[in-house]
Amino acid sequence: MNLTLQVWRQPGPTAEGGLKEYKATDVSPDMSFLEMLDVVNERLIEKGEMPIAFDHDCREGICGSCGMMINGVAHGPSRGTATCQLHMRSFRDGDTIVIEPWRARAFPVIKDLVVNRGALDRIIAAGGYITAPTGSAQDANSIPVPKQDADASMDAAACIGCGACVAACPNGSASLFTGAKISHLGLLPQGQPERYRRALSMVAQMDIEGFGGCTLFGECQAACPKEISIDVISRMNRDFLRAAVTKPAERSGGGGDG
Amino acid sequence: MTLQLDARIPAGPLAGKWDRHRFEMKLVNPANKRKYTVIVVGSGLAGGAAAASLSELGYNVRCYCYQDSPRRAHSIAAQGGINAAKNYQNDGDSIQRLFYDTIKGGDFRSREANVYRLAQISVNIIDQCVSQGVPFAREYGGLLANRSFGGAQVSRTFYARGQTGQQLLLGAYQALEKEIAKGGVTMFPRAEMLDLIVVNGRARGIVVRDELTGKIEPHLADAVVLATGGYGNVFYLSTNAKGCNATAIWRAYKRGAAFANPCYTQIHPTCIPVAGEHQSKLTLMSESLRNDGRVWVPKRKEDVGKSPTDVPEQDRDYYLERKYPSFGNLSPRDIASRAAKEACDDGRGVGPGGRGVYLDFADAIKRLGEDKIRERYGNLFEMYERITAENPYKVPMRIYPAVHYTMGGLWVDYNLMSTIPGLHVAGEANFSDHGANRLGASALMQGLADGYFVIPLTIGDYLASTKLEQVGADNAEVRAAVAEVERRTSRLLGIKGKRTVAQFHRELGRIMWEYCGMARDAAGLRKAMELIPQLREEFWRDVMIPGSGAELNQTLEHAGRVADFLELGELMCRDALHREESCGGHFRTEHQTPDGEALRDDEHFAYVAAWEYGGEGREPVLNKEPLVYENIKLSQRSYK
Ligand SMILES: Cc1cc2nc3c(=O)[nH]c(=O)nc-3n(C[C@H](O)[C@H](O)[C@H](O)COP(=O)(O)OP(=O)(O)OC[C@H]3O[C@@H](n4cnc5c(N)ncnc54)[C@H](O)[C@@H]3O)c2cc1C
Ligand code: FES
Repeated sequence: MNLTLQVWRQPGPTAEGGLKEYKATDVSPDMSFLEMLDVVNERLIEKGEMPIAFDHDCREGICGSCGMMINGVAHGPSRGTATCQLHMRSFRDGDTIVIEPWRARAFPVIKDLVVNRGALDRIIAAGGYITAPTGSAQDANSIPVPKQDADASMDAAACIGCGACVAACPNGSASLFTGAKISHLGLLPQGQPERYRRALSMVAQMDIEGFGGCTLFGECQAACPKEISIDVISRMNRDFLRAAVTKPAERSGGGGDG
Repeated sequence: MTLQLDARIPAGPLAGKWDRHRFEMKLVNPANKRKYTVIVVGSGLAGGAAAASLSELGYNVRCYCYQDSPRRAHSIAAQGGINAAKNYQNDGDSIQRLFYDTIKGGDFRSREANVYRLAQISVNIIDQCVSQGVPFAREYGGLLANRSFGGAQVSRTFYARGQTGQQLLLGAYQALEKEIAKGGVTMFPRAEMLDLIVVNGRARGIVVRDELTGKIEPHLADAVVLATGGYGNVFYLSTNAKGCNATAIWRAYKRGAAFANPCYTQIHPTCIPVAGEHQSKLTLMSESLRNDGRVWVPKRKEDVGKSPTDVPEQDRDYYLERKYPSFGNLSPRDIASRAAKEACDDGRGVGPGGRGVYLDFADAIKRLGEDKIRERYGNLFEMYERITAENPYKVPMRIYPAVHYTMGGLWVDYNLMSTIPGLHVAGEANFSDHGANRLGASALMQGLADGYFVIPLTIGDYLASTKLEQVGADNAEVRAAVAEVERRTSRLLGIKGKRTVAQFHRELGRIMWEYCGMARDAAGLRKAMELIPQLREEFWRDVMIPGSGAELNQTLEHAGRVADFLELGELMCRDALHREESCGGHFRTEHQTPDGEALRDDEHFAYVAAWEYGGEGREPVLNKEPLVYENIKLSQRSYK
């Protein structure tokens, strides 16, 4: 099939960008979306032109590198599918496809379709972990975890950190991302000691990074390639509220030198 | 000039070696640790775990990855699971059994002491990961679930749906982020190591290109750890992520680190077959599928065009069950891959080009119900359907072998130190534990063993027993290394030829797959060793890299990696040619038993081949580390 692409080209972070038209010809329906872009890029390179820059790595929907707005929809038309797993059979001969980078205040454009998602790492650094230094663990079976809890935790832990939720949200909120981590850890017994502290600091970091607030539009859930449920946001809000109300004073314990 | 390959294996009985070594290693005074800087290149399971653990101990750590976030390292893509000798299933597992299975699975080409330590540490890994919040699969009673994996008859594999690598990596990544927030680790994402800095014979830093600005700068330290993953992408098509590369270890090789067993490549039996010329990577279907799926092809060539459901039971050849009755569909990877190739070579392959075999779940669905199968493999089935537009609940999957893992890598001693003092190598980037074939679910185990439990201690021993002088950016050897990278980068950009990097990469891949793939012979390997230098020469004359070095330039990044593959590929062929035997993933058609199995030659080849760079235009030098087996008896590997 033959397609017309309108692709956002922007040479650098401070440069001006705009849509540019390309023809993608002889596209096979078995190609992935990124393979279609590979072919377009090879032709550009042969002409000595800069290829379209986009992030990608695993190409099997798990690393979270890829992501673009395809006809205004994060990761394109297939539900529960990352851009790299989208196949050209989802399009029709003669289609025009508009391809743009994630648009969000907290994700500045670096070049073409590549954006800076460092803010997501910093939200994790703010508290998205369980403090368990190497070597300190007890036997793995010493704390049984009900299967339902482990399963629910895994559902939330499936997040690939691609940022589609932010890009899809009219407010540019990172609540689905943050809520997913808070739920993953908060559903496990190992995650309890830091549960409320975690919620406070991760939510605070979201604000610092310039993500918008959540008004429960639900666009994030629809765009998520791992179909993470918006329930994780309610869980985050509950933990946050409870933490904000009962925030205990932290006392540092002196060990003495006995 | 031959290297002294001292593996530094601790004395004493096998089971006590690691304990004894831990006691004998020197310790760095806790107050002094923060005065040491350690560079960790790579943020996968090996690098992420090492960087976090070193920082927890108090070292000053700098960690690098080429992706935009450490969480995207290729470990994230591992599906099936991680082994550990927990024996939670009471099915006869033990450290000794995991050790033996791993040595045997590697076709008796790995080091006893390292593998034993790996089996010992395996149990701590699971404890560590659970305490970090890795949501492993559980039984209704709340305890951890297990499954079995190729090459094992016990259930010792822990898993998190089909996303085990993701969950383990997120555990390590979160620990890493915790240390970044504390200031113990400085993270450099979108940073590519392009050379190793060696000063007075010791590894003292790396040369890094910032992918966003193009700035090339030296980063200095007291010790360097490479945890940069495998080099399967030398074949162009593989199950690896597109960015996986050999650059870090290859440049270290050219600075004096020996490269061990480069030809040991693992071809995974269960991948989605190639669909067309545009194919950019191959997708693995986890080996765990072989627990419930049955592999078959039609008995007769005439039936290959038929719909699989129209081939009656008696006309199907369940060739793994037929040839290997005791392991059947769970035969190790090298064996299952070769058997698939044989069936297709015999004209009985299915799907486009006759390059595929069926993996059929009909019996399992009948026995367990579709829901159970969905619970076990739902995400894999979805992935398959998304790519092929076929529903594997209704028609059997089509699979074919694909390049998956590289057992070869930089040579390391028991401390995971290379032949360059101060340069340690962890994870898939080293050669250490899998011999000539890796068993399923063992790479995650090895990466985390190296990263959490070995490197943090052995780095301390190295630092405590070494006197290091001050090295600054103005040091002559540092400046020379930086200048070298700059020269090479501008040379690449200056070619402005006609062919794309991808065209060269694909061509190299075709040569490697044809002559250094699942079956190899002397004539083919010699041929490849003629073709590769020609292709390399064309590359340096005719490659087209648009743009400049002072910006995000993904073509330039790819070109640098392909330039290295074009050299490494030749070394792989050289190694494959010299090893006049078949072992594990290395199958030389000249050396097989009458029934077509790999025929080892223990008398002449029970050694690690450690290749040493010979200098520009000169042949590399072969060094041998003899493999001494004191605790197990070498036997003909049999899965019948
Ligand atoms: C699809 C797939 C499924 C798998 N499933 C399993 C499984 O079920 N069980 C199992 O045990 N094993 C499995 N494996 C194998 C296993 O995942 C890998 O061997 C292992 O994860 C490698 O970990 P690593 O830390 O050594 O390297 P990686 O995770 O590959 O990390 C490499 C790191 O190095 C960085 N890097 C590389 N080069 C440079 C450079 N030049 N400069 C800077 N940074 C660099 C990268 O950015 C990355 O951070 C699978 C592999 C694949 C491909
Ligand atoms: S490239 Fe990894 S998720 Fe798309």
